[in-house]
Amino acid sequence: MTISNSATAQNGAGQNGGLSLQQQRQRAAFWFLAPMLAALFCVAAWPLMRTVWFSFTDTSLNDLYGGKWIGFDNYLRVQTLSNGTVRYKGTLVDPAWWNAVWNTVRFSLVSVGCETVLGLIVALVLNAEFKGRGLVRAAILIPWAIPTIVSAKMWAWMLNDQYGIINDIGLKLGLLSEKLAWTANVDTAMAAVLMVDIWKTTPFMALLCLAGLQMVPRDIYEAAKIDGINPVKVFFKITLPLIWPSLMVAVIFRAMDALRVFDLMYVLTPNSAATKTMSIISKENLFDFDKFAYGSAQSTLLFAILAIFVSLYIWLGKVDLSGEGSK
Amino acid sequence: MNSNNKLLKSIAFYALVVVIVVFSVFPFYYAIVTSFATGTALFEVNYFPKHFDLGNYETVLGGRTFPRNILNSIFIASTTVALALFLAVTASYALARVRFRGRGLLLMTILAVSMFPQIAVLAGLFELITWLGIYNTPWALILSYTIFTLPFTVWVLTTFMRDLPVEIEEAAIVDGATPWIIITKVFMPLLWPALVTTGLLAFIGAWNEFLFALTFTSQEITRTTPVAIAMLSGASVQEVPWGPIMAASVIVTIPLIILVLIFQRKIVAGLTAGGVKG
Repeated sequence: MTISNSATAQNGAGQNGGLSLQQQRQRAAFWFLAPMLAALFCVAAWPLMRTVWFSFTDTSLNDLYGGKWIGFDNYLRVQTLSNGTVRYKGTLVDPAWWNAVWNTVRFSLVSVGCETVLGLIVALVLNAEFKGRGLVRAAILIPWAIPTIVSAKMWAWMLNDQYGIINDIGLKLGLLSEKLAWTANVDTAMAAVLMVDIWKTTPFMALLCLAGLQMVPRDIYEAAKIDGINPVKVFFKITLPLIWPSLMVAVIFRAMDALRVFDLMYVLTPNSAATKTMSIISKENLFDFDKFAYGSAQSTLLFAILAIFVSLYIWLGKVDLSGEGSK
Repeated sequence: MNSNNKLLKSIAFYALVVVIVVFSVFPFYYAIVTSFATGTALFEVNYFPKHFDLGNYETVLGGRTFPRNILNSIFIASTTVALALFLAVTASYALARVRFRGRGLLLMTILAVSMFPQIAVLAGLFELITWLGIYNTPWALILSYTIFTLPFTVWVLTTFMRDLPVEIEEAAIVDGATPWIIITKVFMPLLWPALVTTGLLAFIGAWNEFLFALTFTSQEITRTTPVAIAMLSGASVQEVPWGPIMAASVIVTIPLIILVLIFQRKIVAGLTAGGVKG
């Protein structure tokens, strides 16, 4: 019965202290928010600060508390050798790091681009009225519901060089002249990863686009039809501008997911330099190669890149993420 | 002529629909077909089910660790969700219904946390987890999963609560109800559908998580199912046990697909209300 007890206690305090209703509510709001904020501080803010701190030290995995402050050496260190030559060391001149950055950016641009276009097409189909629409919507939810690791393994099997069904279909249709080692080959590894990601994430984009489409009033289409305007023109002149705001929000969420991608490549194309992303290279340095501080510097860089990107996107695109502006 | 054109158009439309459905469903269908094939049958390409052999399922479920991995996943995901919902209900009431300075900023901060790259907190979380002495236990994962389940649930519940009619709350205030009573007695009954949806989405997120689970566990029996599936290996490096891998994949995916299909409409509503995460 603690509920009613505390309730009467609060009531009493409100009357005795002479607090207005608004003040009483604000005080309650503070206590309602406090546990959530404390939890978020422990799992987000504090670990992030520690990661940044580690990146300026020489901490190792076996001795987390024995690190010394070494400034920016993990990022960039200039060494002058005795014979006068100058050498640069650190993440910022590490070709492996820049390769990972390039892989991540390439992956994000292509996957988010394709997913947006395909998602719009699927959403337009689902927005039309036809028999079996519910069934199609159920079907496209399946890739979304499958865990990333499972989809990576499923596709790894389908893309298998000797027994894979993709090679079989490709040969039968004459699209391939020989069986390809999709995931092992440097030239096709990125294509394989993109294939799986597009398959898995297009449904999510489609659902978000569909939500935007359903807010477009139907009579606009009716009016355009009566005026005999070409459907393609209707799409570009009416539909697209109207769903643009929700499309922008969907794209930023997908882009943030793509830029931090880890699990898909880790399982589908392990150890392939052609698909190694920023998250993978940081994780390897942190826990596998005993370069804890170096990995921390790379994770800090990743965070900085994402923060800058999202700020620019919101600022330049004037995206209203909070949804408060429309209320 | 005109009717011909119309027919052609609707044929093209339905062809597109068929392509979408086949493309969506085929990989999982093929995983199921493969999971029923053992031995040399595994290495024939069959487009239609030809074998029905439960051998792979027996291998996986009869193994030493996989059933334990499933229990780990269930325990971790449900505890994470319960914790997140508990913290989120009161917080989102404050965010949605009480006016105070800095509310917009707070909402944006919460949204920013939901977009955090997990790798950026990995080193700091590892330190925290070893300091707490919970490395290689389920609690390490329950703690770390809070970083994405909590902001997500707060965000979705806030958008949902914002839309509840003001009159209900005003009536309760006139009757002298405190904010706590308003949440537990007035809003909770209305919130159930939203709680189920957000809970389910958070559950799927925790069930599928890989990076934290890989980093914060070190033994076969403490792993969750995604890590266990990723690590399933045969007698030698060359020998990938595709049959058991497909069986394990089907086992962990079927419950999710059933849940998603049952709650289809609610999930779509929840995803679009929150607009968060895939």
